[in-house]
Amino acid sequence: MSGILYLIPIALLLGLIGLAAFLWALKSGQYDDLDGAAQRILFDDEDEPK
Amino acid sequence: MTTPGAATAAGAARDLDPESLGRPDFTGYARPRGEGEQSLDLIVEGVHCGGCVQRIERALARRDEVTHARLNLTTRRLALAWRGPPESAEHLARTVEDLGYPVAPYEPARLSAAEGRAETQLLRALAVAGFAAGNVMLLSVAVWAGHFQDMGPATRGLLHWFSALIALPAIAYAGRPFFRSALQALKSGHTNMDVPISLAVLLAAGMSLFETMAGGRHVYFDSAVTLLFFLLIGRYLDRRARGKARAAAERLLALDTRPVTVLSEDGARVLLPAEQVGPGMTVLAAAGERIAVDGRVRAGRSELDTSLITGETLPAPTQPDDPVFAGTLNLTAPLTLEVTAVGEDTLLAEIVRLMELAEQRRARYVELADRVARLYAPLVHGLALATFLGWTFLLGAPWQTALLTAVAVLIITCPCALGLAVPAVQVIASGRLLGRGTLLKSATALERLAVVDTVVFDKTGTLTEGRPELSREGLDREALGLAASLAGASRHPLARALARAAPEVPVADGVREHPGLGLSLTTPEGELRLGSRVWSGLPEDEAAEGPELWLTGPGRAPQRFTFADPPRADAAAVIAALQARGFAIELLSGDRRRAVARLAEALGVAKWRAACSPADKVARLEALAGQGRRVLMVGDGLNDAPALAAASVSLSPSSAVDISQTAADAVFQGRRLGPVLELVTLARRAQRLVKQNLWLAFGYNAVTIPLAVAGLVTPLVAAIAMSSSSLVVIGNALRLARSGRPGDLR
Repeated sequence: MSGILYLIPIALLLGLIGLAAFLWALKSGQYDDLDGAAQRILFDDEDEPK
Repeated sequence: MTTPGAATAAGAARDLDPESLGRPDFTGYARPRGEGEQSLDLIVEGVHCGGCVQRIERALARRDEVTHARLNLTTRRLALAWRGPPESAEHLARTVEDLGYPVAPYEPARLSAAEGRAETQLLRALAVAGFAAGNVMLLSVAVWAGHFQDMGPATRGLLHWFSALIALPAIAYAGRPFFRSALQALKSGHTNMDVPISLAVLLAAGMSLFETMAGGRHVYFDSAVTLLFFLLIGRYLDRRARGKARAAAERLLALDTRPVTVLSEDGARVLLPAEQVGPGMTVLAAAGERIAVDGRVRAGRSELDTSLITGETLPAPTQPDDPVFAGTLNLTAPLTLEVTAVGEDTLLAEIVRLMELAEQRRARYVELADRVARLYAPLVHGLALATFLGWTFLLGAPWQTALLTAVAVLIITCPCALGLAVPAVQVIASGRLLGRGTLLKSATALERLAVVDTVVFDKTGTLTEGRPELSREGLDREALGLAASLAGASRHPLARALARAAPEVPVADGVREHPGLGLSLTTPEGELRLGSRVWSGLPEDEAAEGPELWLTGPGRAPQRFTFADPPRADAAAVIAALQARGFAIELLSGDRRRAVARLAEALGVAKWRAACSPADKVARLEALAGQGRRVLMVGDGLNDAPALAAASVSLSPSSAVDISQTAADAVFQGRRLGPVLELVTLARRAQRLVKQNLWLAFGYNAVTIPLAVAGLVTPLVAAIAMSSSSLVVIGNALRLARSGRPGDLR
């Protein structure tokens, strides 16, 4: 049973990494334009991206 | 905002042709952003898909000076940055316009950033609560399973401590929106739904911590966190629905920032923002420009479209010394005006004040959810307190047990489902309407629409399309062609209608426009004239009906062209359908009696009033309200704005003036009137679902409250009951999205 002593913290840490990643994505504006992001993936690349 | 130097340079450099005068001065909106770069925010209209985004961004990126160009498809805002002088703003804006997308400058400072931040904060709280709910639930499931197998108290205690470790910081963070609102309510001496929510969450957390330290069997960390998670979903949905509508309304407001051309002492022309213009200044109003100030004509003869102020369809001639009002449209020739009033003192502002006054009266409307909460909150508190006292004194239980039971009552009665019942339906309904071109601006609009029994329409621009069309009966094709060749040269609405009627005819060279009179063209045979009765040298005729143009020329019999403003294609059908559903229909117009009577007859509207001033309209709506009627007002003009605000709920076409769209609760797009019918039908269905949802939530409470009071609700039961009731409510709301098409006229 002593396994849970370190398994639970590891699980929580992994969860926290996911939460931090989401909060970072939110902060960096990736959720500002959900409609646009869905369409942008279809754009062809241009030679000179800006 | 506008640096005067830059504005002067740009204003002087540009030729004063009408096209550029109607456009805002983009240079003034450019902001330096360091390292020689300038940035500009624009609102782009007519962007619908990724293709548009790509075209615009590519076109801008191909220009060498542009360093950043990104268009947000959700908000239609274009963020631009470039190296070089601020004047490049003009070229860049033109680049987008040349692709066929109208643009307007947009000042982030004008709009409230606070609202957007609140939405992000809610989303962050939601993420934290979701993380905590998932992890605490994981541990709780282990504890619950342990009740049936033989989990030792040490292991259980460890799992409880881990739960506490996750739940307490999460509650402290994610509960803040509720705690703040509850505190505010308590400070002002009343109670709202957030008070029992905060109490339940805090008591549950505190009690569970106590139990954990004492090594107890049951802790409620999972209930407290899940409760927050579900409620935050409801809050977030609610906020998003409002935010979407607000973004659209802000877009309309931003389009209103048009500068004024001021003639300075030394004869230079300066473009100034409207709020910097003062009385006594001289301003120029080009043909086709909307006048931004109240004033008096110094020089020039033109015709004004006053339909915004009066609802009158016919342009009014104006000459030196005539007063002009802000909001009117200068049609045929440039005017020089002396400013008499600006901003708050104009007739336009007066109408806005009238509207705000009416709006305050309406603000007393209390949302259904709030009304329920007002009744519900004291009930919940009473129940929890009674449970605590009952267990302590009647049953003689130790205070810990009594408090734990009371907390269970608070948790179970907490309006998880109640908090989702209304927003879930509203989000689905407004999403559905948005997909069909109708924008709900007010959160309570659906509730108010659902009880409407009377629909009042404005005429011009609402029942009709608001632009004159040539009546073709008995027209000579040759005369029409000749007239159209002259008419193509003018911006007058009647001339434009004539030109539209014969689009294949090329515009003749050398047409001259005589403001307030008509057009002339010198041909080898003599002078051709197209214009008013007077211009064509015909006698005045008082009985003349509706707008008309006359074509005269050497050796020709005078040819008369009459115009009508035809009703929207489906107006008669929509009105018939509304009447069939038991709505009383009325027509209130500022237009002349004869025009209103004819339209009312054509559409089968028995009750109508003509020549109504904005105040008359408000008075009529108040009379109707006095009779206990719930009125839906549909209107588009500035003269309708006070009436729109005074009605119990209001609707505007998207072709309406900004202020009417601001005053209205909903805005519909397109050339059809069908959305009106669709909106009232959908509102009734949505309201039915909201009520069903509230009853479902109550039904769930009726079953679980006795269990909770009896002390039978363990954390496991609470978790199952809360989740299932929330899912039932959301599932019921989703029926709105699935069901048939309510707007069909069949």
